[in-house]
Amino acid sequence: MLSSAQTRRAAIALLALLAVLVALPAFASAYLLSAMVLILYFAYVGQAWNVMMGFVGQLSLGHSLYVGLGAYAAAALYVHFGVSPWIGLWASMGVSLAAGALIGVLAFRFGIGGVYFALLTIAFAEFTRIGFDHFDWVGGSGGFFLPVKQHGVVDLANLRGPPVMFYYIALAMAVAAFVIAWRLRVSRIGYYWLAIRENEDAAQALGINTFRYKMLAILISSAMTSLAGVFFAFYYNNLFPEQIFSMGRSIEIILGPIIGGLGTLFGPVLGAFVLTLLGDGLTEVTSALGLEIPGLKQVFYGVALLVVILFVPNGIWPAMARRLGFGPSKGSK
Amino acid sequence: MPLKSAAAIGAIVAALAALYFWRLAALPGALLGNVLVTGFLTGLVYGLMALGLSVIFGVVRVVNFAHGEMMTIAMYASVFLFAALKLDPFITLFPVAIAFFVFGYALQAGLINPFVERPEHSQFMLLVAVAIIMVNVLLMAFGPDARSVQVDYALESFEVGPLVIDKVRVYAAAVAILLASGLFAFFRVTATGRAIRACADNLLGAKVVGLNVKRYYALTFGIGSALVGAAGVLQVMLVDVTPALGPAYTLLAFVIVIVGGLGSMGGALAGGVLIGVSEALAGVAFTPSAKSMFSFALLILVLLLRPRGLLGKKAA
Repeated sequence: MLSSAQTRRAAIALLALLAVLVALPAFASAYLLSAMVLILYFAYVGQAWNVMMGFVGQLSLGHSLYVGLGAYAAAALYVHFGVSPWIGLWASMGVSLAAGALIGVLAFRFGIGGVYFALLTIAFAEFTRIGFDHFDWVGGSGGFFLPVKQHGVVDLANLRGPPVMFYYIALAMAVAAFVIAWRLRVSRIGYYWLAIRENEDAAQALGINTFRYKMLAILISSAMTSLAGVFFAFYYNNLFPEQIFSMGRSIEIILGPIIGGLGTLFGPVLGAFVLTLLGDGLTEVTSALGLEIPGLKQVFYGVALLVVILFVPNGIWPAMARRLGFGPSKGSK
Repeated sequence: MPLKSAAAIGAIVAALAALYFWRLAALPGALLGNVLVTGFLTGLVYGLMALGLSVIFGVVRVVNFAHGEMMTIAMYASVFLFAALKLDPFITLFPVAIAFFVFGYALQAGLINPFVERPEHSQFMLLVAVAIIMVNVLLMAFGPDARSVQVDYALESFEVGPLVIDKVRVYAAAVAILLASGLFAFFRVTATGRAIRACADNLLGAKVVGLNVKRYYALTFGIGSALVGAAGVLQVMLVDVTPALGPAYTLLAFVIVIVGGLGSMGGALAGGVLIGVSEALAGVAFTPSAKSMFSFALLILVLLLRPRGLLGKKAA
């Protein structure tokens, strides 16, 4: 358990970090800002995935499914009917919740766990990817595009605007996800989840309805992830089933939390920072040397993942937290 | 199994199957025959690939998430050797399989053995990392364009009544059957093969009688790798290779092995044939790009209705 002094220190550090992030656009270059948007995006979506894997121990390798469904639902409503994304996002959440519920009911009712569960999630994501390749209403494999309006005008209602606007939205999402994950983690539900993660049979024997709480986790995670999809659609303005539903995207989502620290609150955030900064740094260095090598960044991600799994299996945050005096970080912070 | 959901799934499956066979019935008979034979032969090569995955899982209990990536490496090796030395893939087969055996042995002995005791997801992520590195190193080395091996007899075919069957496909399938039979014999007859099966059937017992389990694990991973290496060399004669095929084949191998039954060698071959035929049929009945949708649907069905696979033994 954390002592109150440690908690206070952690809170102060987090608020300081938040202050820096809020002030950042005032002096950041356009390039840094776009990198920060990416970091915050991965921090958010990593947090959402971590609810399932880190808290409840259910390994999903198909989270791109929820990103893609969320992105396509809001984008299609906007493009075809002019529906504001603030309304469309409810549809996005609805669709992703339905997908999450379907996968959850099938997997948890039929007792599919571990590797089989991971494969089931991949199968659903791939199935949907191919389906969207042939879904002409949203452009099929040719891609789906959102109209790009005049740059520089902030139109918050339709999520059209300059990168700064998206930066603050991403920041708000990342902060909200952090707070949600933190509140869940210290709630009764969070402890039930931990019990299920550590020993499902024992949890069941103690009277925890493991089916219900695993369902809750997949529903929360899929709804949160779908909002990342909405953000993605309106930030990048183009969607391709080949990319957004791909297994590569699902893997990208889980790199941050695993490298940062599974089941920790700050791990997904730290992992997103470390990976994006190092990955972009690598791209910078190679392009400065006049080399354009496709795949190099991914090789680097692979090596980073390998090194972390081999040498720091709990992720870098727990080890770092101890050094920084944020207390024994086993699973809590 | 809850009765209601079973009934619902059954109804959906029946509807889809009806649509599927209605589309198939509209095809001319000779075409259907050709497609069936092609699917069957391709399926045998798929089966050889899946056999590698199945053997590794059955013994080491580690899911080789880099399986398809290893397959594509073998495909590129064959492309390279053909372009550089004009080596026929049926000759390339042996050096590639041997190289893959050494590689697999080293991978298991060096990287995976220390992970055997670690939690499942940890092993999983280890191999995901290996897979990411492999696919992108291929991308860096060869670029995203498709490569192929064009042997002289690539366009020749056997004509059997109304059927026209590609020669390469027949040869490839024959080699796949040969290698699979060799493997069956190895596990039945040789002392090493029996020792490996002992490790799979009763780990504690194997340790008690003094088997060096980790060495047998490394051997098994080597054998599984050699199989996928051979499968890759055969496969590159049937389709062009791109780095992106790696993850796709990993998934395909999983689908086959789960449909056939994880750890069952016969199941892997049967699953390969089943998926090969189902893909070929879906390709003509609907559109080729939608063919893997049927494989994934099959996977989801099998996971739900018969999680141990069609020929799998009951879980221990």
